[in-house]
Amino acid sequence: MTIKLSDVSIGMELPALDLAFTRADLIAYANASGDQNPIHQDEEFAKSVGLPDVIAHGMLTMGRAIQVVTNWVGDPTAVIDYSVRMTRPVIVPNTAEGSVVSFTGKVAQINDDGTVQIDLGAVFGETKVLGLAKATVRLAQ
Amino acid sequence: MGMNHDMIGHVYPPSKPYLVTSENISAFVKALGDTNPAYADGTVAPPTFPIVVTMNAMDTAFHDPALQLDYSRLVHSDQKFEYLRPIRVGDELTVAASVEEIKPLGTNEIATFKTDVFSGDELVVTGWSKIVVRGPEA
Repeated sequence: MTIKLSDVSIGMELPALDLAFTRADLIAYANASGDQNPIHQDEEFAKSVGLPDVIAHGMLTMGRAIQVVTNWVGDPTAVIDYSVRMTRPVIVPNTAEGSVVSFTGKVAQINDDGTVQIDLGAVFGETKVLGLAKATVRLAQ
Repeated sequence: MGMNHDMIGHVYPPSKPYLVTSENISAFVKALGDTNPAYADGTVAPPTFPIVVTMNAMDTAFHDPALQLDYSRLVHSDQKFEYLRPIRVGDELTVAASVEEIKPLGTNEIATFKTDVFSGDELVVTGWSKIVVRGPEA
């Protein structure tokens, strides 16, 4: 099913997404993105710079949050802009389950040019890990 | 010592071309854990894929001695992308990074880097990365 502009109303909630972040995910993301900063892989190093444990790449969190939008729209190329503030890190313990982040999205605005602004949320436990997260999509008419 | 404000507006030379392959796209999609079928054939890149090239280009700027940026105290705080078109397999990406803003924020400094991503001569994505450089502890 393709979401059309006529299906959308302000305040509409997009299907939420819970995603686990594991140490293996961080290694895969480091290799795929080229960001090999040891704070994302090496527990001893992370602690030596004052972090409670290894933390996820902020850009991995950003890359996962947009899936709320792209899963809903179907076509990821419908996204015309996307921005986030990385407010708090996702702490990733060395466990099989890792840390689960809950991602949400809501239609915030329908623009005159027919594009739609989605406000996104990303919460880890009680902590908001992304702020000011929003994306604009162009939907089928 | 803070960042050199004379560098505001400075444009760095374009980065070396980066050829987008379906392997690069698929590895990135897999690392994101993104199961959207639109990525199955590895021809179109996800929205945050441009970071692969923009971060590299900014790294060159971060380490430019003229900027006087203390890399060990740097935190990436905000990221924005505006897409003119999606990045696709076969694109040869180059990045023109520039220093858009440097300003104090309490004892910290914040800087915004603009990264124009081109495939050949065509501008495909513009990124903005805001960083915070933490000031000395009181």
